[in-house]
Amino acid sequence: MGERFVTRGFVGRREDATSGPMGGDERRRRTPPGQYLTTDFPVLSAGPTPRTPLDRWSLSIEGLVSKPVSWSWAEFLALPARDWVVDISCVTKWTHLDMRWRGVSVDTLLEGLDLDPKAAFAIAWSDGGYTTNLPLADILNSQAFVAYEYDGKPLAPEHGGPARLVVPARYFWKSAKWVRGLRIQATDEPGFWESLGYNNRGDQWREERYTDD
Amino acid sequence: MSIDWQLAMVTAVRDETPTVRSFTLGLPGWAGHRPGQHIDLRLTAADGYSVERSYSIASEPERAGEVDITVERIPGGEVSPFLHEVVVPGDRLEVRGPIGGYFVWEAGLGGPLLLIAGGSGVVPLMAMARHRARAGSRIPARLLFSSRGPDEIIYRDELDRLAAAGDGFAVAHTLTRQQPPGWTGYARRVDEQMLAEVIEPLGAGVRAYACGPTALVETVANALVRLGLPPDRIRTERFGPTGT
Repeated sequence: MGERFVTRGFVGRREDATSGPMGGDERRRRTPPGQYLTTDFPVLSAGPTPRTPLDRWSLSIEGLVSKPVSWSWAEFLALPARDWVVDISCVTKWTHLDMRWRGVSVDTLLEGLDLDPKAAFAIAWSDGGYTTNLPLADILNSQAFVAYEYDGKPLAPEHGGPARLVVPARYFWKSAKWVRGLRIQATDEPGFWESLGYNNRGDQWREERYTDD
Repeated sequence: MSIDWQLAMVTAVRDETPTVRSFTLGLPGWAGHRPGQHIDLRLTAADGYSVERSYSIASEPERAGEVDITVERIPGGEVSPFLHEVVVPGDRLEVRGPIGGYFVWEAGLGGPLLLIAGGSGVVPLMAMARHRARAGSRIPARLLFSSRGPDEIIYRDELDRLAAAGDGFAVAHTLTRQQPPGWTGYARRVDEQMLAEVIEPLGAGVRAYACGPTALVETVANALVRLGLPPDRIRTERFGPTGT
């Protein structure tokens, strides 16, 4: 559509520039296009919440690595972790600023694993069969982590607990709930939503919601 | 192929309940949709400020060149009060779609079909029920519909008609807060016992679709797993507590 269409009678509810702990300008600056701010944590998922007992849980890195690795729940919790305070945007239009997580950086998970030179993509896979694809360039260098706490409490099952991938720079479907592994590949491979009309990259600042946006 | 924004003409506005209203959007270039999919709607002010929201399509794909959306008015919301209070037939709205390819049911997928709705979560399920009827499908189907009170049952008359058609579609209502005198339906929140009773006549191989508030959908999905449905036969769509 060339010229911008104006909706008759629509004014919109503008943020008060001075309200809240953070100025309205600051909040607007941190809200990607087409998103609205919320302080809730809405739940979105395509099917039932999987429940894998912790004694049967593991997290694996496999594929183009010299030696695949797998951590038990206890081993995973023993990995160096840190707090992460990040803004999250869901393709369903909500953005939640300053969400506070605790988790293990993907850098830490891949440390010393000796990636094959051809390694370029990670396929995150989850309990329940969910998958999502990410270029390694999008999840290295402190851009992604596997979270097991949200807001100081163990991550609830409906939010992806016991552990979920979090990739704040992409729409939230890339932050695979109930994550159980990363498969490192040379070639890209669309995941669950990426095969169902959603964008392959999902950069919320470019509003890459749907295929070919 | 990208999903482009297009201009829809509002051709009809209809009240479903005191707080829920349906809008018919004329879309001459509409490529068609599958029951359960949604559209994105974009509102833009004169100074360029714009907002977007997603709305499930309520109408069946057999209706060419237009879609219905059904919108609950959320007090304090930015978009739904505008749609309710300002938009009239003849207005134009920017939309794009259809969107979503998982929470979809078509007669060709088969059944039996179990639909579970909470409040305005009935909207995408109504598209499935309308499609089933229009396509002449005899696939056994049941809708379990949770509403707060009798005046808040969305599509009540049409659901009565669909259930009276004798083509294998049944509706069970539950009213969680207020029941009229002589009410014979359920009168509590959806639970496993209720689901077991509703699903029983459908037999084996059920495909289930649940849409509504997170708490209801979570309860339903967990209970259906305990009742023996394979998780990949349970498809869910939720709206969180924001609902704006």
